[in-house]
Amino acid sequence: MDLATLLLQHEVDQLNARYAAALDEKRYNDWPEFFVEDAFYKVQARENFDRQLPLALIALESKGMMKDRVYGITQTIYHGPYYMRHVVSPAMVMEQDDGVVRAQANYAVFRTKPGSVSEVYNVGRYIDELVREDGVLRLRQRCCVYDSEMVLNSLIYPI
Amino acid sequence: MNAPDNLSRWRTEGSSRVPFWAYTDAQLYQRELERIFYGAHWCYVGLEAEIPNTGDYKLSHVGERQVIMVRDRVAPKDRGTDPGIRVVENRCAHRGVRFCQEPHGTARSFVCPYHQWTYKLNGDLAGLPFKDGVKDGECTNGGMPADFNLQAHGLTKLRVATLHGLVFATFSDQTEPLEEYLGPQILPWLNRIFQRPDGPAKLTLLGYNRQRIPGNWKLMMENIKDPYHPGLLHTWFVTFGLWRADQKSRMVMDAQGRHAVMVSRRNDGGENAAVTQGVTSFKANMALNDNRLLDVTPEPWWTIADPAHPGQSITPTVTMITLFPSLIIQQQVNSLSTRHIVPRGEGCFDFVWTHFGFADDTPEMTQRRLRQANLFGPAGFVSADDGEVIEFSQDGFRQWSGDGNESGATLCELGGTGTEATEHMVTETLIRSMYAYWKKVMAV
Repeated sequence: MDLATLLLQHEVDQLNARYAAALDEKRYNDWPEFFVEDAFYKVQARENFDRQLPLALIALESKGMMKDRVYGITQTIYHGPYYMRHVVSPAMVMEQDDGVVRAQANYAVFRTKPGSVSEVYNVGRYIDELVREDGVLRLRQRCCVYDSEMVLNSLIYPI
Repeated sequence: MNAPDNLSRWRTEGSSRVPFWAYTDAQLYQRELERIFYGAHWCYVGLEAEIPNTGDYKLSHVGERQVIMVRDRVAPKDRGTDPGIRVVENRCAHRGVRFCQEPHGTARSFVCPYHQWTYKLNGDLAGLPFKDGVKDGECTNGGMPADFNLQAHGLTKLRVATLHGLVFATFSDQTEPLEEYLGPQILPWLNRIFQRPDGPAKLTLLGYNRQRIPGNWKLMMENIKDPYHPGLLHTWFVTFGLWRADQKSRMVMDAQGRHAVMVSRRNDGGENAAVTQGVTSFKANMALNDNRLLDVTPEPWWTIADPAHPGQSITPTVTMITLFPSLIIQQQVNSLSTRHIVPRGEGCFDFVWTHFGFADDTPEMTQRRLRQANLFGPAGFVSADDGEVIEFSQDGFRQWSGDGNESGATLCELGGTGTEATEHMVTETLIRSMYAYWKKVMAV
């Protein structure tokens, strides 16, 4: 394995770590900044993904829609508060062509509500496409395909 | 669970005060399963479009009982009258095994893995190993009794009725024909979505969302019979004029008060002191960064002859249909779904959303439906908070004090205590009408 490959691996893992930290620390305004302007973000049940059914739980087609989601979770969607804790596996960096890096990583998100125990909330994998913008690696596409057959009531914050 | 004997008495007049025990009593819930879900009611199991080919099946539920909806072989001469949809219980007639484990698939027959009992797609027992015993020289060992009758040991077969591609099933032989069950007040609103001048609309399956909501199943029915909350709980509805009290609306119910349609036509939103003043969820200056989330395009089928006013037409932008006990059909602008309630004990239910479009949709319309799906479902800009308030309602009901109905009942008296249809949405009449029916069926 050459040094460039190792560095890219490190860069993707660092991106995932920072992404998880932003969400777990409730810095939701930072979340769209991990994406390029016309990026695609999707949270989709595995059954739809595997059967090539297009419906997703959340499907956002631009950074603008992501900002609308952030406004929703901070201002408009009434919900009981909860903490998230993301545990993200090392990424599998698959290929790089035309400047697009394809990578996947497994994730587990735990939910903790005030006064309650921690629960396994959403488990799946990130299927990503990343591009370099001003020297910084950003997401052009992130599909969170989750195994969990039931959403535990509601899913408010991004995964 | 801890309900004293005297609980199963509804002490107040009418149905505008619903006792908290109606949501928390485990014994009462068992009676609901027997009388409502397994009694003389049609329960939704799925869409014909989910099983397009012979042998296609999917697992579903009627109440807590898991069933298989399958497309059976049909003789050519019967194809005009029999769509071939069968619903059988997923429980082997031999030892009770829930034999089918794949949530959907295609089968030639159903075989229980335990002892290889084999069933036809319609649930008939086709055969079983060693039925006639095993020959050992001159003698035959074992085997089923000589009078064993294959026909008496099939799977439990439910009665099935379909309407416009919606599939319903019932365990009861007392349930009236489906169209009678739904009633003439409700049918025009189903026809509007699912019927076209040249026949039934052909549906395309867009996918599923599933959520487990820790609340009593009736709360979900009530939520979609409650036009009071959407313009108050849901910022998007009040701000963008998708559902609020100054819209032209109609509350429709069947003769028994168990099914309902909330019909409304969106307005331009914005400020109107009568419905926005003091409403904290109203965001006067809210603008989307990306307007494609609300890229609404009217569809020709939205306009129908007004069932209530002959000679006039009506063009709602939203119809929310509740078919008792377990189905909600949503048309909110370009988003269409069925929502299936699967009860899991008195304090929990699974809620399965099946989004669909029509076979003649353009790719742009399909994308629009998928975009607007961001408003609905377990993560929806609008619907996520419904699941949340249902959970918190159930939490509140568990705190009932047992000192009589005064402090242990919900209050549903917006628009009075009657159970009549209305030409506005400032009313809880549909909740009252459902409980008037529920009281009767449950004999409480």
